[in-house]
Order: sequence, then C-alpha cells, then structure tokens
Amino acid sequence: MQRRKFIGKAALASLASIVGADIVYGSKMAENYIPLALQDPDPFKLFNKDKEMVVLNDKPWNMEAQAHLLDDKITPNKYIFVRNNGLIPEEIDVNNWTLTIDGESVKEKKTYTLDELKSKFKQHTYQLTLECGGNGRSEFDPPAKGNQWTIGAVYCASWTGIRLRDVLEDVGIKDDAVYFGYHAADIHLSRDPAKEPISRGAPMAKALQDETILAFKMNGEDIPLAHGYPLRVVAGGWPASVSGKWLQRISIRNIVHDGTKMTGTAYRVPCKPVAPGSKVADEDMCIIESMPVKSLITYPKSGATISKGKTLTIRGHAWAGELQVAKMEYSIDFGATWKTCMLDKPANRLAWQHFSADVDFPQEGYYEVWAKATDSNGVAQPMLLPGWNPKGYLNNACHRIAVKIA
Amino acid sequence: MKKQNHDKLKKDFRSFYKVLMIACASIGVFVVALMYLIKNPDVSIFKSSEPNSEIVAVPVEEEGLDKVENGIHVRTGFVEAPGMMETVQNCTNCHSAKLVIQNRMNKERWKSTIKWMQETQNLWDLGKNEDIIIDYLVTNYPPQKKGRREVLSNIDWYELKD
Repeated sequence: MQRRKFIGKAALASLASIVGADIVYGSKMAENYIPLALQDPDPFKLFNKDKEMVVLNDKPWNMEAQAHLLDDKITPNKYIFVRNNGLIPEEIDVNNWTLTIDGESVKEKKTYTLDELKSKFKQHTYQLTLECGGNGRSEFDPPAKGNQWTIGAVYCASWTGIRLRDVLEDVGIKDDAVYFGYHAADIHLSRDPAKEPISRGAPMAKALQDETILAFKMNGEDIPLAHGYPLRVVAGGWPASVSGKWLQRISIRNIVHDGTKMTGTAYRVPCKPVAPGSKVADEDMCIIESMPVKSLITYPKSGATISKGKTLTIRGHAWAGELQVAKMEYSIDFGATWKTCMLDKPANRLAWQHFSADVDFPQEGYYEVWAKATDSNGVAQPMLLPGWNPKGYLNNACHRIAVKIA
Repeated sequence: MKKQNHDKLKKDFRSFYKVLMIACASIGVFVVALMYLIKNPDVSIFKSSEPNSEIVAVPVEEEGLDKVENGIHVRTGFVEAPGMMETVQNCTNCHSAKLVIQNRMNKERWKSTIKWMQETQNLWDLGKNEDIIIDYLVTNYPPQKKGRREVLSNIDWYELKD
C-alpha cells in the first residue's frame, strides 16, 4: 500500500515536471486518466473537426468556425464550434446513463434510463440554431473578458430527441415552477468534484416549447462526445449555454435557477444601457434570453477577386433568436444603399434561414459586401457594434466580406 | 519510612525510564528502516517478482520544457519577459495560457479577475507573485483600441472562378 502510494506520487511528480507545474488536485486524478497535456494534442482529430477550424483555447477546449465553413444548410459536425466551460467527461457509461428530474417544483423525483426516454416518449427532429452568447466578443472595445470569439460560434444542426415538456408532464410539475436548471457530467477545471463547470437553464415557458428537446442524435447520428453525448438539452434561439451537454439531471425550480453561470455577470447584460467600459453591479445585470437577429455571408469566402462585368452570387444564413427573420438585405456601398436578398422560410421554428443574392459591381476596385437581417418585429442588425456590455455578449453587428473587382 | 519510600520511587522511576528509552530507540530504528524501504522499494525483503508496471513511462524532452524560441515560451506561447515564469506557474494549471493571452485587461480588471478566480475557481493566494503577474500581463498584453468597428484586415485574396 505504502509502496503503491509512493509510486503514484512519483508518477505525478514526473507528470508535473513535464507539464511544468504541480498538478493541482493530482491526488484526485482517476487512475486511468491521462492528463490532457499528454493526450493526442491534435484537437482536429480528437473532435473530428476540419483543419480550418480555429482553436481559441485548449484547456478547456474552445474552437470556432470561419464564415465560409458554415455554408451548408445543415452544419456538419466538422464545422460545429466547440464550447466548454469545464473538462469533457472522461468516462461515459451509456448503458447505465440516467436522467433524473428533481427540484422544489416536481411532484415527485423521477429517474429514467436512456432506453426509457427513447421508448416512452415520442421522438421529434428539428433544425435548431445554437449560438454562443459570446459570439463576436472579440470586437468589443474596451475588450471583454473570456474567449475571444469572432463570428464562428454558431451553427444549425438537425437534432432528434424528445420534448422536455413530455417528460415533465410524465413526472408531474407543481404550479409554482419558475425555471428549469440542468446538471451535467462535465468536470470543473480545478477538478474539484464539489464544483459544477456550468449549470444553466431557462424559464418554464421556454422549457415547455415544442422545440425544446432532450436530444440523443445530431444530424442523424449519436451526438459527438464534444457536443454532449449521450444526452443534451437543445433550446434553439437562446444562448447555447442553455442547451446543457452530458445531461444527467434537470431540476424544476420554484426560483430562477441559481446554478453556476446563472448568477453574477455570466450570460448577463446590463439591464439598462451603459457607456463602454462602465462598471456594472451584479444586481444591475439581467439574464440573456432570446439571441438577437443576425446573419452570416457564407459564400464566397472573404477575399474573392472576380473579373469586371461578372455577377457574384452571395449566400448565407440569417436567424433571429425566438423570432423569424423577415427581411434580408445586402449593401456594397457601406450601407448607403441596400438591396433585398432572396430569403427562405425556416425549415421549422428556430432554424436558421438561407439567403442569396446576385450582386453586380459598377466598376473595378475594392468592395465590401455587407449583410443585414431584420427580424419579424422590424429590428435590424446594427452596422456598428451594439451596446457595450462588461462580458461582451450579443454582438450582432452586420457581417461583411471583402471583394475585389479586377 | 519516608526515605525508604522515596528510594523505592526513585528506583521504580529509573527502571521505567530505561524501558522508555529502549522503546523509543527501537521505534526510531524501525522508522529509519521503514523510510529506507519506502525510498528504496526494490530492497530485497519486499521485492516481489512482478515487474514494476506502475511507473508511468512518458516520452519527454525535459530540456525543452521551458524552451524559448524567438522570444516566445514554446510550451505556453507566452512572451518572454520579466514575470513570465511566475505567470506560467500560477496561471496555467487549471486553464490554458491561450485563455490568458486572448484577454486584454488593465491592472484593475486583472486584479478583479484574480479575485474572482480565488473566490469561485479554487485559485490559491498568489502572495507577492500577484503584482509580478499583473505587471507582466499589462505590459505584454495591453488592451488595444478597436473603435466601434475595425477595418477588415489580413484578407487572404484569391481568384474566384465561376
């Protein structure tokens, strides 16, 4: 026993010398766990991602797409951004995976196996847009804290699962239910088992929507590990952090859920507009609900040179959180004039909509094609950065690409 | 009568003392022997025939651990400057250096970020290293002015065929 302990420590010490620092919580490391520093360092192989994806952070893993990678109508896994607040679960025992529904506002706590969930409840498939609340953060001035996402933390995949509402009806919910909060199998960065990396949720009205599902398939296949295998919440149109991955438990709360990253400044913006760089007290920060109207030009890739007299066909997607996109326009003169794009209806509510336009350029030179979406309430994307906020959320400024006519 | 008792007591105490000394000495010898065995687990009396499979063999270039190339600490990507090693040692245990490098903050905001990490993320007290780290960060990763919208830069021009 003594000897085993000693060797264990020696191994950790040698790991520490490789990693270059003490391994915090080394004593809590699972025996078979290989620290990330020693795992296959190629995240593209690790997560089956395209080489053009951009790694923002490798502990925890965060990776985003570029606009031209998001050209597919339904985003394939290789172009889907990876956002983690903690460490990806190391062991997933799918045969013994369960989902427990508990909380102050359930009539009785209930636990289901994966098979029960799949067989007991009707399955639905929806295309749902998920965008990180911090997508576009890199543009804020003064800079906001966190991963510096540019434009690629958004996608629309096809999700198959069961309605959260159907499960909650089976469990029985009390009249005082206010919010749902998820709990998951990911691991806190400090490896402290008492801490959850993230535990967010949404008001009951969102929980009860047709499209709020507990998904077990993405694009017709098992959900990839980095995206929440074997079970996750998908709540389209809201910050993607509401769509908890590696789902093990849902609490139905009689208060606004107070899990990790629900409180303080996380996923919150000032309730009232503030000047750039302002300090905002926690109590003056409000939880983000629906994401704002936004669009991306996914074809051509920025930097296209075309010959004079040729018509350029542009295309892309537009989305508007809980709402629908009503109008899509483009400008080649920095917003002085706008022309209308063709805009498809969404495949279903909360799916992004595809647009296209044939663009003619009057003469040779440098152009930028700017795209602007307007939602069903008549609210459009700003050309400049929207209101500054301390954590750099909700940047829905118009996307643009550079084009040269030669 | 009194003196006799006293002598007896003295004698008893002496023999008790002797026993105690012997006990302490044997414990001491035992501890020394045990420590030797712990430090040298291959000493014959505990040696087992099974191969020592628990030692983790890891491919490493030890000497490359803190290699600096072109002013960049290769392992973390940090700029080599005063305070870099303190930053490496205290700020890359839980998260990657990439998260630090991405963020541009002034002294006050780094201070409050460190405080937040201490309150919620199990970061330890940095002691005198706190100022060294903050100075390193604000000097080498200062906030950049971006205005309300930046010019498109780093455009990778290509010819679009049909």
